[in-house]
Amino acid sequence: MELILAAAIGVLAASGVYLILRPRTFQVIIGLSLISYAVNLFILAMGRLRMDAAPILDGANANPADYVDPVPQALVLTAIVIGFAMTALFLVVLLAARGLTGNDHVDGKLD
Amino acid sequence: MAELNHIAILPILVPMAAVIANLLLGNLRPVSRVRLNIAFSVVLLLVSILLLVVLARSDGNLAAVYPLGNWPVPFGIVLVADRLAAVMVLVTSILSLAALLYASARWHSRGSNFFPLFHALTMGLNGAFLTGDLFNLFVFFELLLAASYGLTLHGGGRNQVKAALHYIAINLVASFLFLIGVALIYATTGTLNMADIGRAVPLIAPDDRGLFDAGAAVLGVAFLIKAGSWPLHFWLPRTYSSAAPPVAALFAVMTKVGFYAILRLWTLVFANASGPELAFGQNVLLVLGLATIAYGSIGALSSKALDRLASYLILVSAGTLLLAVGYNAPGVTSGALYYVVAATLAAGALFLLKDVIDQILPAEAQVLAVSLEIYGDEEEAPDDSDEVSRTLPGAATLVSWCFAIAALIMAGLPPLSGFVSKFAMISAALGAGPTAATWWFIAALIGSGFLVLVAMVRNGINIFWTSLPDSDVPRVRTAEIVPIVALLALCVLLALAAGPAMAFFAETAAFIHSPQGYMDVVLPMGTAP
Repeated sequence: MELILAAAIGVLAASGVYLILRPRTFQVIIGLSLISYAVNLFILAMGRLRMDAAPILDGANANPADYVDPVPQALVLTAIVIGFAMTALFLVVLLAARGLTGNDHVDGKLD
Repeated sequence: MAELNHIAILPILVPMAAVIANLLLGNLRPVSRVRLNIAFSVVLLLVSILLLVVLARSDGNLAAVYPLGNWPVPFGIVLVADRLAAVMVLVTSILSLAALLYASARWHSRGSNFFPLFHALTMGLNGAFLTGDLFNLFVFFELLLAASYGLTLHGGGRNQVKAALHYIAINLVASFLFLIGVALIYATTGTLNMADIGRAVPLIAPDDRGLFDAGAAVLGVAFLIKAGSWPLHFWLPRTYSSAAPPVAALFAVMTKVGFYAILRLWTLVFANASGPELAFGQNVLLVLGLATIAYGSIGALSSKALDRLASYLILVSAGTLLLAVGYNAPGVTSGALYYVVAATLAAGALFLLKDVIDQILPAEAQVLAVSLEIYGDEEEAPDDSDEVSRTLPGAATLVSWCFAIAALIMAGLPPLSGFVSKFAMISAALGAGPTAATWWFIAALIGSGFLVLVAMVRNGINIFWTSLPDSDVPRVRTAEIVPIVALLALCVLLALAAGPAMAFFAETAAFIHSPQGYMDVVLPMGTAP
């Protein structure tokens, strides 16, 4: 499972980096989204991968070894919300730039 | 003591209340709306002064610690207001009040939602300075960035949207780097509390050390992007010079958040660490600081418009601060803290001043000044005798004095605060035993001061001696000139009170450089009083 997750993060991040280096604004925003997925998976992986373990303590069983670390899950949740909001905001600016410059080049000019 | 801890959250709550009040009272009359917002900024300033006074009157090892929701410290989020944070919060509050006063004259009506965004930016800045939790720092960063995206677009036009596009893209990437760094640090130390990270670092298993260092380096890159360090600063001059002047003035403190985060975490974790971690990344900080100063000074020389010049001065001060952090000596740090106050206030005043000069000066005069410079004006000898003894109109005189004071502070010439801070840094660097780094440090400070002086004098001659119209100078609005004069007067005051101020900053720096003190204050705070 570690290998699959690592490969997924790597592919997402590599595609994202390639896309944000492209000249079109739409490619940049897709690239940023892909990087954000990669980062979210990465944060989750940093809490150690566990199968079939709950993050919330149960009153009957108070042994921490039986549970998955809840902190990275909380971090990922926050990161997803913030990343989503920022992407939406970026989308608006992208549309404004498209309207004002008449093209979708990141520098606002056709080459 | 109990009351003290509660003050720590007020600099965040007051701007938040201002944002909410602005949203709820959306259809207030414009005049009362402006008054309401100024009142909120004044309250914020009073709270910040209170926080600083309370901390300054007690001994130097005290900090107000506020566990949010009363969760025990390493598990819950905690706000820590030590003297460093209190100084930064006060600078933010002063600058935000000045910029708000300036904006209330006319800039706030150039776009929608200026006041809520402005207060949200202040709240994010204060939160970033006060928090003692790494992930909470990320959240406050995002908060201030989200507000700054909106403010960059304020009064929009084509150039602003283009600049904002780049600014948002680079900051989104920086945020992802921030998250990667935080995740790696959490994976290796098992905590997000800054003091707890400092405690846990010596206990990291040797196998995980590389991972932790990588996390710290990635996090450092994210902070360096915010701080405007070379080569990660290319977004800065364009964004700052295209932003609305009051917004750019408040942005002057935004690069200082990066500096603050580096200073706080680096001194806490690496500066005095034992073993291989000792001063991890120090050379990188020094080299980047030198490169940033060099780039900023040369950029300042090459800029013809005052807004671009001010943006490059921001880079120069960012480089100076990085260099001072990298130097890793309490004396240099105390000089740097003095410098950060003076340079931030002066840079904010300069951004506002640029707008006032734009109003005095007709646009064609500025173009003329620029083209004169390009084509050379040797043939235009002053043949008119009254040209020499021309008296400047009243408003223009005040503006030119403000410009001269800002130039003196930025270039670090005596007798003003820029000189005091550079003198303090250089004398502390020499006093701590000169090494090769010391000479680079001194050369950078003095050389950048000289280049900045040349750039400022050249621009000043251009604006005030060759381009000012002889008559018919438009009146400068009082509401616009008062904040500028107040900011510069504070800088002058800082120079007059240099003795007590330096003593205060020396204690602050001593506290920053003994991370054990910070941990001792934060970690035992199990529950709120």
